[in-house]
Amino acid sequence: MLAKTHNGHGAAKDHGTMAQLMIGFGLAALLTIIPFVLIIAEVAIARTTLIGIIMGLGAVQIVVHLVYFLHVNRSTEQGWTLFASIFAVLILVIVLAGSLWVMRNMNENMMPMHDMDHMTSLQSQQG
Amino acid sequence: MTPLDSTQLAPVMAVNDHDHGADHGSPTQIGFWIYLMSDCIIFGALFATYAVLGGRYAGGPGPLDLFEPEFVAVETALLLFSSVTFGLAMLQAVKGNLNRTLVWLAVTGVLGAGFIGMELYEFRHLIHIGAGPDRSAFLSAFFALVGTHGLHVTGGIIWLVTLMVQIKMHGLIDANMRRLVTLSMFWHFLDLIWIGVFSFVYLVRLV
Repeated sequence: MLAKTHNGHGAAKDHGTMAQLMIGFGLAALLTIIPFVLIIAEVAIARTTLIGIIMGLGAVQIVVHLVYFLHVNRSTEQGWTLFASIFAVLILVIVLAGSLWVMRNMNENMMPMHDMDHMTSLQSQQG
Repeated sequence: MTPLDSTQLAPVMAVNDHDHGADHGSPTQIGFWIYLMSDCIIFGALFATYAVLGGRYAGGPGPLDLFEPEFVAVETALLLFSSVTFGLAMLQAVKGNLNRTLVWLAVTGVLGAGFIGMELYEFRHLIHIGAGPDRSAFLSAFFALVGTHGLHVTGGIIWLVTLMVQIKMHGLIDANMRRLVTLSMFWHFLDLIWIGVFSFVYLVRLV
């Protein structure tokens, strides 16, 4: 009744191999542990450097996940997966950078921050 | 889903699979990937919201008062381990090993449920101490972003349990393999989003 054809899913490259999985896990674990240790152990590094390190390691780990867990490369689906991903990254950059840029400009041009803080503290006192 | 539905649907899907050539020619994977990318943009918008509003405490508690890096580390570990166990389930499924596939899927589900349990505990705790989403713009943005991720993981767990029942009933047929591949993409994708959450939402704010 049911077509129990066991799939010809031999293609290991589509779903990865044990080696890929373990390499991905090792790298991901390392890239996760470093930023958490830096924060929990309160390692003395300049604030901006530390933020840069955490964000940088996060970005590297995202690439590790894409390559080793999600198997994004030029060969999958004739490169359409990679193409769709690059397009999504482009949109993300526009959304993220655009929002921050527009909101920063607005804050600078509309109302000085100390007035804003003053107002919100007044409001919270009243409320 | 009633038993009647599944017996009617499964052969049709299996036939479709043959038409498209089981795996590589199937449009499902690329279609699902495009869905994931659009979902990624939703998360991007929520990350942007958090970036803009993350400093607006309205005189309320800030990240240093609320976030515990050790707690987030355990959540992160649960999600990363669940990603690996899903990978192991996938490898067993490709080998056609039904029981081991189900075992690894079950482990994945338990780890995912542990993650959701911790997140609910955190949310409940925050609301309890008066740091709910209504407290400040910072907390609204926090709950919207982390909550959306949590809802996705919850959806993933429901999908996982449903798929385990399907695999138990019909075995590793082509239709179930396709579902397994798409769920695997979904699950790894959620772990990928979590990298952004623990880095940008939690750790950077604790510097």
